[in-house]
Amino acid sequence: MTESLSILVIDDNAIRASIIEAGLREAGHASVRVITDIEDVAQRIGEIAPDVVIIDLENPNRDVLEHFFALSRTIKRPIAMFVDKSDPAEIEAAVDAGVSAYVVDGLRKDRIKPILDMAIVRFRAFSRLRDELEAARSELQGRKVIDKAKGILMTSRGLSEDAAYALLRTTAMNQNRKIVEIAQAVVTAAELLGP
Amino acid sequence: MGLTQISAGYVPLLDSAVLLAAEEFGFAESEGLHLNLVRETSWANIRDRVAIGHLDVAHMLGPMPLSANLGLTPLDAAVIAPMALGLGGAAITMSNAIWDKMAEAGAPEDGAPGPVGAALRKVIADRARSGEPHLRLAVVHPESAHNYALRYWLAASGIDPDRDVDIVIVPPPLQADALAAKRTDGFCVGEPFGSVAVARGVGRIVTTKGQIWQMSPDKVLGTRLQWAERFPEQLAALLRAATRAARWCEDPANHMALAAMLAREDRLGIDADLILRAVTGKLQFEPGVERFMPDFFVPYSRAANFPWVSHALWFYSQMVRWGQVAHKPQNAQKAAASYRPDLYRAALSGMGMPVPGASSKIEGALREPTEVGAIGGHLTLGPDGFFDGTDFDPDTLDAYIAAQRGS
Repeated sequence: MTESLSILVIDDNAIRASIIEAGLREAGHASVRVITDIEDVAQRIGEIAPDVVIIDLENPNRDVLEHFFALSRTIKRPIAMFVDKSDPAEIEAAVDAGVSAYVVDGLRKDRIKPILDMAIVRFRAFSRLRDELEAARSELQGRKVIDKAKGILMTSRGLSEDAAYALLRTTAMNQNRKIVEIAQAVVTAAELLGP
Repeated sequence: MGLTQISAGYVPLLDSAVLLAAEEFGFAESEGLHLNLVRETSWANIRDRVAIGHLDVAHMLGPMPLSANLGLTPLDAAVIAPMALGLGGAAITMSNAIWDKMAEAGAPEDGAPGPVGAALRKVIADRARSGEPHLRLAVVHPESAHNYALRYWLAASGIDPDRDVDIVIVPPPLQADALAAKRTDGFCVGEPFGSVAVARGVGRIVTTKGQIWQMSPDKVLGTRLQWAERFPEQLAALLRAATRAARWCEDPANHMALAAMLAREDRLGIDADLILRAVTGKLQFEPGVERFMPDFFVPYSRAANFPWVSHALWFYSQMVRWGQVAHKPQNAQKAAASYRPDLYRAALSGMGMPVPGASSKIEGALREPTEVGAIGGHLTLGPDGFFDGTDFDPDTLDAYIAAQRGS
């Protein structure tokens, strides 16, 4: 390994930023800084003097950063988006994953590629994790609605818990809908008709 | 029957209205299209996602296709503008503190760019004398109609945009916050974000882009040249749908419905009342004082959807003026070819909507609204003057560029 690179990660999602940081450290990069607040970038970029900047594409300040990288007097060499024109698939993968690398002028391609590849993998993993979390959350929410609907049916129709659940399930099957949708309808109806 | 899917990116601003209305109010569907509208948080995302083909078309800054074709963007995909998304639509807002000083220095309340600029010049000279830092003025992107309008106004007012002030970039939705936090002293941006700053009591609109240059271009519908060539019928259908949507947007009977749609959390997420100010032209430069500017934002009439080559070349002249690109005949050629009035004209033919027969005009030649002959009927164009009385004749581009260099 030649002289080590100074890498800056700009991401307002602190968890994702730390996942990227860990990946970079595992890959042997010792000089990694993370900034979550855009205001800090202007103040600290001179001191950090990054060779590579990793940014999440949903960051609303991307235009600000690009302008800053191109012009700032505190940066010795201009920084521009890394694009390997011989590898359009990688460009697409990066945008797809929601991450982009910016590099100082003149930095060799083979030193950046592994960093961007790692960032792509970790961004994807993070999105998957977030999707799973979202799914788990909505499943939990669904279970709560079903419990509530069961309770309503038990009191209003004098059913046992099993019978209430069976009623929800048969209705769902007959109407070709999800149990949680039927349960939600029961809850809504009870709210509208209730005391 | 399936609709043809088109993915369309936009940045939450007033002039995304035409594109959004095309989908929301059924104009796309009647052309057999479904627009998958994708809200983006930055112009860089629009640029990259159009370049790699995630987006088929997008609401773009007017100079953006030029940037792509002149090699100012990281990915080199040819981008064209086959349609414009409206005229005017932007304002210059200053912090209350700076406005107070400008008013003391004689700035009129009506936004007249000449005297307002003269007052700003005095304020800047006073600051320089007392050793205060440069004013920080924000725009949304270096290659934007807003940056060029702001710089044009400053330069014509005797203020050097590169030496006398600092011009910085701030995303539109964050402009009012930056002003409130005193990170900036003013900004030039598309509505509704000037009105947002006024309503929050953090700034005052001092002039508008449409006063600096009447009927000035702003955003365009942009697409990759490759996509346009591969799907010419889809593009033509989209241009027709968007033009009908533009006509609908301009009709006062639809202003409430338009503002309500734009206000939605998944669109602009801004109060309908604030959006309505620019939609109806009933602006408030300061809270509670209504100022009727019927031509503030023109989404359809005055050939507002026509991608004039003279607009592209004016943007090019400003890119040269401010050092973003070198002036060479090939570059001017690339800039001119970025706007495609031929595609727009072909798509609109036979629709009963008049389209200009010429592709270029002398910007600033019309002092009054003027009726002109057009393909498919008559059109009213202009007024299209610059506030300092200068014209831009695209046929004498070299002389225009040289004159601005000398000034």
